[in-house]
Amino acid sequence: MSMFSIFNVSGSAVSAQSQRLNAVASNLANVEAVAGPDGKAFKARQVVFQTVPMGDAGTAGVRVSQVLESQAEGRRVMDPTNPAADAQGYVTHSNVNAVEEMVNMISASRAYQNNVEVMNTAKTLLLKTLQMGQ
Amino acid sequence: MLDRLANQLDFHSKALVLRAERQRVIASNIANADTPGYVARDLDFGNALKNATGMSSGGSGALSLPMARPQGGEAFASTVGMGGGMGGDGGGRAGFIPVSSVGGLPGGSGENGLAYSIQAQPAMDGNSVDLDRERAAFADNAVHYEATLRFINGSAKTLLTAIQGQ
Repeated sequence: MSMFSIFNVSGSAVSAQSQRLNAVASNLANVEAVAGPDGKAFKARQVVFQTVPMGDAGTAGVRVSQVLESQAEGRRVMDPTNPAADAQGYVTHSNVNAVEEMVNMISASRAYQNNVEVMNTAKTLLLKTLQMGQ
Repeated sequence: MLDRLANQLDFHSKALVLRAERQRVIASNIANADTPGYVARDLDFGNALKNATGMSSGGSGALSLPMARPQGGEAFASTVGMGGGMGGDGGGRAGFIPVSSVGGLPGGSGENGLAYSIQAQPAMDGNSVDLDRERAAFADNAVHYEATLRFINGSAKTLLTAIQGQ
């Protein structure tokens, strides 16, 4: 049944978008962090989407192929009293760009909503198909 | 007599399958709206139905198929620059290039040529999904699917009434 694979396709997209939202949440949480788990400044993480063919032609899901760490320089702030300050008195903050992350979040949540709507429509249609001839 | 009614059912069932196929293709486009390098696809429903039912210009069965004929496709394409969406089931799909070589859904009902969409606003990452158009096409296709379902239900009811003779 071809309509059932809509749930696979949209489900994969919803899962990928939620992973993106997770990355955004972790980035936003660490926007003011001075040190990550390894003692160095936190690096923003971005997910990379990839198309996954699913069976028939034209049926394509999504998956997160990798999670990249941004290599941008962290923000350096003069704060000699901070215990994480270096010899010159500068503290390196994370390289998360809060504005970019907010935009990313809105985009991810819209994409999520779209796919949920697609699944709802497919479900409605399938239910109506089940009632055929009654 | 019964043959004609059965023909009609047959036609609508083929249309229903194709509507489901198109729904799936559009769902894939929406799912990949953020995937870099993804190329949006679409199903030319009119041609696909023609292929599936084996109908040529004559219209062999109970139904002739006016919607599958490109009646003034060029004019339509020029007036409705957005392409895709409403009533785009006529022959001249404005927003899509049919690519016959990629077509042929395996195991499907005929040579359903999937087309690639033309980008109205190209994106830097090579993704050619126009989300507005896809959503419109999705809603449009859902309504058509329901309509086809109603036709089938109507035919089935007619048949039942005829059988019961009440």
